[in-house]
Amino acid sequence: MAYLDHAATTPMLAEALEAYVAAAREVGNPSSLHAAGRHARRLVEESRERIAAALGARPSEVVFTSGGTESDNLAAKGIFWARRSASLNHNRVVASSVEHHAVMDAVEWLGAHEGAQVSWLPVDAAGRVDPSALAAVIDQYGDEIAVISVQWANNEVGTAQPVGELSALAAAAGIPFHTDAVQAVGQVPVDFTASGAAAMTVTGHKVGGPVGVGALLLGRDVACTPLLHGGGQERDVRSGTLDTPGVVAFATAVEATVKAQEEYAARVGALRDDLVARVRKAVPDVIYNGATEDRLPGNAHFSFPGCEGDALLLLLDAQGISCSTGSACSAGVAQPSHVLIAMGADDDRARSSLRFTLGHTSTAADVDALLAALPGAVERARRAAAWKTPR
Amino acid sequence: MSGGVDSAVAAARAHDAGHDVTGVHLALARNPQTYRTGARGCCTLEDSRDARRAADVIGIPFYVWDMADQFHESVVDDFVAEYAAGRTPNPCLRCNEKIKFEAVLDRAVALGFDAVVTGHHARLGADGLLRRSVDDAKDQSYVLAVLTGDKLSRAIFPLGDSTKAQVRDEAAARGLAVADKPDSHDICFIADGDTKGFLQRRLGEAPGDIVDARTGEKVGTHNGAYAYTVGQRKGLDLRVPAADGRPRYVLSITPVTNTVTVGSRQDLEVDLVTATRPIWHGEPTPVECDVQLRAHGEVVPAVVTVDGGTLTARLLSPARGVAAGQAIVAYRRDPEGGDVVLGSATITAGTRSPSDVAGSAAVAAAPAAVAGGAGSSSAAAGAGSSSAAAGVGSSSVAAGVPEAVGADRG
Repeated sequence: MAYLDHAATTPMLAEALEAYVAAAREVGNPSSLHAAGRHARRLVEESRERIAAALGARPSEVVFTSGGTESDNLAAKGIFWARRSASLNHNRVVASSVEHHAVMDAVEWLGAHEGAQVSWLPVDAAGRVDPSALAAVIDQYGDEIAVISVQWANNEVGTAQPVGELSALAAAAGIPFHTDAVQAVGQVPVDFTASGAAAMTVTGHKVGGPVGVGALLLGRDVACTPLLHGGGQERDVRSGTLDTPGVVAFATAVEATVKAQEEYAARVGALRDDLVARVRKAVPDVIYNGATEDRLPGNAHFSFPGCEGDALLLLLDAQGISCSTGSACSAGVAQPSHVLIAMGADDDRARSSLRFTLGHTSTAADVDALLAALPGAVERARRAAAWKTPR
Repeated sequence: MSGGVDSAVAAARAHDAGHDVTGVHLALARNPQTYRTGARGCCTLEDSRDARRAADVIGIPFYVWDMADQFHESVVDDFVAEYAAGRTPNPCLRCNEKIKFEAVLDRAVALGFDAVVTGHHARLGADGLLRRSVDDAKDQSYVLAVLTGDKLSRAIFPLGDSTKAQVRDEAAARGLAVADKPDSHDICFIADGDTKGFLQRRLGEAPGDIVDARTGEKVGTHNGAYAYTVGQRKGLDLRVPAADGRPRYVLSITPVTNTVTVGSRQDLEVDLVTATRPIWHGEPTPVECDVQLRAHGEVVPAVVTVDGGTLTARLLSPARGVAAGQAIVAYRRDPEGGDVVLGSATITAGTRSPSDVAGSAAVAAAPAAVAGGAGSSSAAAGAGSSSAAAGVGSSSVAAGVPEAVGADRG
């Protein structure tokens, strides 16, 4: 079994799992005033400090959430609502055209249901936003923009964005800048304060923590209207009883992966480069999608001309190899990836793509297993696509 | 795996038999929300989930294959075009022919699979011939008879030797949650079951005349000939009563003149059926055998002749409500191993032999209807070309007339 889908979710780190189990054995609501509650609160606050330290933030800037999707929704909608409440003129959202659905669909919802104007930033063939494109939008609409959101690195093709340059442009215009760093933490250096962002999304299960816990790092002076109303546990921006064991395990995982990032990037990056070189050799007409520089070290993304990605996935799955077509599903049906389309790929190239993502448990044997199965799978997938009437 | 009980048990049996089985659910709706919701149909997110859970319980891999474009072109568009041409399509038969045993089979074979297993109620003999299921009421050989020998050689039907009740019991014993899921009977891509409304949205209103076959007199009007079923009696809203005061039935639909022709019950009877695109498995003809003219319809003894691209069946006792576009399936009786499918073809016309026609005036008075632009002719007794809207008039027609023709699931 070769697990090559770490960008979807990665195995929990042993220390994170242990921390989870230890905290889960204890009782205590962090909002309770008695000893048990104070103990749980202490675990939560220590975790907040560890995450803040690992990611270059102040502890008070860490707002715990249920994960990446909630954090992205909170940032996009919450900051939009707060800014428009302050001035009706702030009625525009700017986002890149390669955002994760958690941002993209939240922004589209603002357009459809809140009357927001939306500007989508184009990307180049590598999936990268050109800062001059943002500068142009700010020039044109600066007074109207409520919030700007551009991911730190893309979940499908692994391209890293020039976050520092983009956030500097936003800051100069006085516009809050949000970045979804779900894929970036532990893979590349991530420092919230240094990035200049007003808000940043992180999540547990991409860094060896549990699913269902994450955070929005939110600058202290950034106004944000809550999505969830209730006890106001997290700075009155987010309500809900805190998941103490989840938070503890999340913090353990963030701390460990950030500490190991440099060594990890070198080791996994070399594995990835080997994978890419061998896939290119085995399938000479393969297209390598995404950036060559400024790319997540574990990400390899290809289009296999003449194949359907889901056929390849099935054939590799049958050989014990787990990968992803890297696209959104509805009833399990693959839609052509909006990321590849934004990068200028046509429908066929988008549908013929596969994502292989390495992670902390990956070894050379995983790459060997892929290369043993891939040529036969590509040949069969090509036969399977050949009968189809051209679209 | 549709998410129903039959395909779940079929997959389990194939798995038990030692095959390396992969579950596939077909996504057939372009927007998964638009096809029927709830437990009684296919094509919904809920059905996809039911199928996935069945695959989990059996212990086989499971994928959703997107066949929405192929389904739309080969089945839905064809369904509408056939009605527009005055014929009565069977979309389930078409789906078996073009989707399950063409698009899916071809893709599966290319990917390295040997066969397609389905939960159809039919048997496949060691001779490679299709036979009826042991469960007469659930037999689906009619909607599978369109499969060529090549396709049948790649098909496995594990349920043919079981009744539906046995299949349900086995599903329950295997812990498959779909054991009690209701059967589906309607057309999966018509969410509300309103075929007339569906066709009206697709084809628009087209007012025209309802004409008496014997007198040629206009006896009423309609808003779209496609909404009528051969054999339909109720809902005709005729303004001029018949001379003999007896009920009148739809005999034929003529798209060229947008006319619905009505006549007596006796005029519905035909004894000669001609059909095109025969799939024939080698039995020398002429052959005396049984023929079935619609899904779950009566079986009539006949002499069948296949000559090139045409199949002709001389019925030894007359049939009523024979609709162009439906399949004629020829069976050789075999009470032991199940009646054997000798072949099938698509009906182009049902006619009455001149010697049988009572009253030659009828011949002269009947409109010279040419239906469908495919050369199917409506002769004296009518019923040459027809339109049967599933669910329209299904409960209102006389005995022996199709109930929801073309709406057999499977």
